[in-house]
Amino acid sequence: MNRLHSILILAVAFLAVFLESTWNLPRRMLGAQIDLLPSLMVYTALTNGIGMIALLAACGGLWLDSLSLNALGASVLPLLSIGLAIHSSRELLMRDHKFAQMILGFSAAAFQPLGTLFILLNVGAAPSLGWVSLWQWLVMAVGGGVLTPVCFALFDRLHHAFDYPEASQVSFRPDREIKRGRR
Amino acid sequence: MLKKPQYLILIVVVLIVLALLKLPAETMGKVKLAISGLFLPLFGLAGSTHQIAEKVGNTLTPRQDLLKQIEQLKTENQEQKIQIEQDANVLSENARLRAALNWQRQAKWRVKLARVIARDPANWWRSLQINLGKHDEIRENLPVVTSEGLVGRIQSVSDSRAQVILLGDPEFRVAAVIGGTNETGIITASSSSPQEQGMIDLDMLSGASLVHPGQDVFTWGAGGIFPGGIPIGKIVDTHPKDYGLSIEARVKLAANLGALEEVWVMVP
Repeated sequence: MNRLHSILILAVAFLAVFLESTWNLPRRMLGAQIDLLPSLMVYTALTNGIGMIALLAACGGLWLDSLSLNALGASVLPLLSIGLAIHSSRELLMRDHKFAQMILGFSAAAFQPLGTLFILLNVGAAPSLGWVSLWQWLVMAVGGGVLTPVCFALFDRLHHAFDYPEASQVSFRPDREIKRGRR
Repeated sequence: MLKKPQYLILIVVVLIVLALLKLPAETMGKVKLAISGLFLPLFGLAGSTHQIAEKVGNTLTPRQDLLKQIEQLKTENQEQKIQIEQDANVLSENARLRAALNWQRQAKWRVKLARVIARDPANWWRSLQINLGKHDEIRENLPVVTSEGLVGRIQSVSDSRAQVILLGDPEFRVAAVIGGTNETGIITASSSSPQEQGMIDLDMLSGASLVHPGQDVFTWGAGGIFPGGIPIGKIVDTHPKDYGLSIEARVKLAANLGALEEVWVMVP
């Protein structure tokens, strides 16, 4: 993975946070805003190293918290935990399977708000919680599950569009060369 | 396994986050506004797109409809002028009576129109950002209203933006009075259904108060931060609290907080 790939991930995270704060349709239709960062973190954890995971968690979390009443940094640690957990077991995960992507996205999007709320409650904040919060949590988790395969598809396309194509293997093999004539 | 530089990155991120979480509220607000300043070009772009879409919509409106609207507005304008003249008489009478009783003179508030540029991305807070800031004389704790009634108050301000905390957020409280009575209480987030849009609680009402559904609730104005008389909403139902020592009323908000596009900030 090259530097362009990292920049693309951060740019998508930036746009995702902007959309979450300006695009009000999910809130009006479903009663909850869907968080796109956990899906992005699932993709990053399966395709990048720990440095990129930490960078996405820090930047994405701080951008999100800066537009919210959240304590600054409250979203960073849950995102980082998701990234590290997936990254540590990436050899066991079937990253190309849509169903695996959905389950990972669902789990990540379900964990993210719980982790953030845990931190908020521990720093003395009093977020507005009630029975409706359970519905919102479900919407966020399902939304994350649906968006994760979309995220993979988007980055695969971007990868194809911006990266050099893989060098195709030539059919010529020196070990199978038929040598004619006397030696 | 994790290599040494990777451990280092992780430790640095965790330490930065812990340091940020320990920041004093005022400093945290400033850092937040500085970081969210990165979104300004996108907010500007979104605003311009909105304006262009509006202009396109205006060009498509038939001329006859526009003429009809102008006629309506002219009539409304004349009615408002008559109303203002009557209000001016009442105001001068009020000022004379206050002077006679040696009461403090009420300050006149101006209003500034602001556009909502962003909403809180987290589902557990009720706040939004507007396109007015310190350059527009906006400062913390100023009331934010619509033509229907109170919406919230300014929480933090940068040079060109401000964060507004909305009614119903646990962090927002305001003293309120029930219209036509002297019964006062505190507006808080709804305890029974905190996430329900448009419902809040009027708490700390006296147990002997005669409160009934349908009564209007206004800001009291005694705290000195908000002017009195801004409509908040209507009482829906009441129930006794603390073994009947106090009453809690559920209030339906006058303003629709879910569909805010433009708001007014009241400036003293």
